[in-house]
Parts: sequence; C-alpha cells; structure tokens
Amino acid sequence: MSDSPLAFKLLALADDELILGHRNSEWTGHAPILEEDIAFANIALDELGHAQLWYGLYQELTGVEPDRAVFFRDADAWRCAQLVELPKGDWAFSMLRQYLFDAYENVALAHRMNSANARVAEIAAKIRPEEIYHLRHTSNWVKRLGLGTEESHRRIQRALDELWTYALQLFVPLENEHELIDAKIFPDPRAAQSEWETQVVAHLSASGLIVPATREPRVTSRTQHTSHLTELLADMQAVARSEEFGVEW
Amino acid sequence: MVTIVIDDIWRALGEITDPEIPVVSLVEMGIVREVRVDDDGVTVFMTPTFAGCPALDMMRAAIVEKLRAMGIARVEVKTLLNPPWSSDWIAETARAKLKAFGLAPPPKHGGNAQLFFDEAVACPYCNSTNTRVTNPFGPTLCRAIYFCRNCQQPFEQFKAL
Repeated sequence: MSDSPLAFKLLALADDELILGHRNSEWTGHAPILEEDIAFANIALDELGHAQLWYGLYQELTGVEPDRAVFFRDADAWRCAQLVELPKGDWAFSMLRQYLFDAYENVALAHRMNSANARVAEIAAKIRPEEIYHLRHTSNWVKRLGLGTEESHRRIQRALDELWTYALQLFVPLENEHELIDAKIFPDPRAAQSEWETQVVAHLSASGLIVPATREPRVTSRTQHTSHLTELLADMQAVARSEEFGVEW
Repeated sequence: MVTIVIDDIWRALGEITDPEIPVVSLVEMGIVREVRVDDDGVTVFMTPTFAGCPALDMMRAAIVEKLRAMGIARVEVKTLLNPPWSSDWIAETARAKLKAFGLAPPPKHGGNAQLFFDEAVACPYCNSTNTRVTNPFGPTLCRAIYFCRNCQQPFEQFKAL
C-alpha cells in the first residue's frame, strides 16, 4: 500500500487516536475510582470519534473503509506513534500519556484549523473543543499526582521519564510531509513542538516534576512498531477476523 | 408518487427524539441542520454533537425510517461538520425540557465554552447555584455530573460545546 503524503498523514492521525482510545478503554472497570473509570471511558470514546473523522477522510481519498483499516490491517501497516502503543501501565502512566497527547492535540489542532484543505480544517475545528475538556481534566490530575503523596509523585515522575522521548515522536515530520507543509495542508509539526514544549514544561514544573533534558525523539519512523502493538491488534481484531463471528461484520 | 411538502418533513423530524435524551427532538437540539427536497426524494443534513456520540447511527436510521414511512422513496442523510455543532444551538424550548428532565442546560457561550468552565451551574431541581462538579465526564459524552449542596441531589449538566 503506497499512500499519497496526505493519505499517509491522515492514517497516522487516525491510528494515533484509535490506539490511544483503545488503551484508555482498558481502564474501563479497572480505574482507581469510579469517577475516573467514567472519565477514561469517555475520553476513550471521544478519541474513537476523532479517529473516525480522520479515517473517514482517509476513505474519501483511498476508498479504504474505516472498518477494513482498523480490523484487517497487520501491525506493519499501522502508522501510529509508539507513544500510544505502550501498555496502559499504572494509572499515573496512562494519565501522563493522555496529558502529553492532549496538550499536543490542542496545539496541533489549532494550527490544523487553518489548513488549506477545507476537510482537514473542519475536522480539526470539530475535534478541538472536545480536546479542551480532556486537557483540562488531565492537566488537573497531573498536578494532583505530581504534588500529591510521595507515592503519586514517584509514579508520575517515573511515567514522565519513560514517556518523554516517546511523546517527542509526535512532532517528527512524516516521510514527504514537507509536501503537505509547502501546500499549507498541514502545519509544520516542529512549530507546534515549540509551543507544546513551552506549555507542558511550565505545567509539569509547576506540578513538581522534572522534565528530562533531552529533545531527541526515541523513534522517528512510523513504520517501526513495538511488539505491544501486535499484541493489542491480536486482541482488538480477533472477533472481526474470526470465521465464526466475523462474517456479519 | 407522493408530493413532498418541506414543512411536513420538518414536522416529522421534530417528532424524532434524541436516543439518549428522549424528551427533546433532533430539530430542537440543532442536530438537523438542513432539509433539501428534490424530485425524487429528500436529503437531510445533520451534524454530530460530540464526534464519538454512539447515538449517531441510531439518529440516522430514525430519520430514514420516519421519512420512508411518509412514502418518500429516497431519503438520504448526510453529515455536516462545518460549522461544528454548538450547544448554543439548543432551542429555548429544549432547554426547558432538559431542565425538567433533570439535566442542567449548558450556558450560552457565544463560541467559547471555556469562558464558563468555572461558572456555577444551577441545580435543575432547586435552582441553587451552591453546587459542585463531581465529574466533568458523565454517563454519555455530552454530560457532566454535579452535586447540589442545597437540595442534596446529584444531577447532570448537558456540557457546553
């Protein structure tokens, strides 16, 4: 499958949202308190809705139906960042990952709302107000955990140490993305990175956390995946692919 | 051959209720944006409230079923994203119904819902603003959970978007 630069980018955006949504859904029934069980389930469903919008536009370009893209694609054809593939970890880990992603989305979507492609612009404008609710929620929790007990602080600092270089992958331009940037269809992700860094470093520091010094992303290619993705897909795709149940899909 | 009258279409659509909030119609909620009638059928344009709302397919199916039952052969439902749905579009009639249903209506925000994030929300039962948010996320994507300190009742708010 050789997608155009735009199709590749849309798939990457959709895959990030979908896999992160799936990871969040794993908290359903397992979150430390009922309110957060509900919150994570909501955030998961929101991300699924956002994935659907990007997959919808991907379908307009390529003809590939969202269900095909999600349930019948092997790991090597996924374009998500490794950040979203990682297992849900402890609750501080999932919360911090969601916070870093929400902060990225808020900045990036504000840029994408000005896309020269009307469909990209309208999807970004649709998603952004919902993401504001996420960011408000996750930034509050990052602060609470960072400044909370010794244990909550230790856990969220550990999550930050592990997730930081994964999060930086979100800002690595994709192969041939420069064509989209030149055509003003997508903003340069590196511009979003400096805004994101300013915001998250300020908030993480105010939350008593030490931000790792490195600015080198751990991974740069969206064709390289962790074994966690393969495991996630095996779980997520099993029913759709099964002969017994998949027929009706 | 049925003669299609646009007012009849709107009236029929006004009878379709929101699957998650059965006291208000899709028209009152601002979800049905436009109706186009041509020689062989009807196209209804609708817009999602929250992008991931799982009731969207039910709404589409309900629109098709309702209009087909009027004898219209071709009914098409299309999704409009631009402009994105705003809770400001909820009609006054629907706001009153939401309140009677126990759902505090969202504040009118004129395009920036964030302005009201810290505003007190009035309890739909006793109107007191001595309330607190217990969860910004609720039983559906569009609702938040509150507690009224005055009448000691939990209640929900339809979120501003």
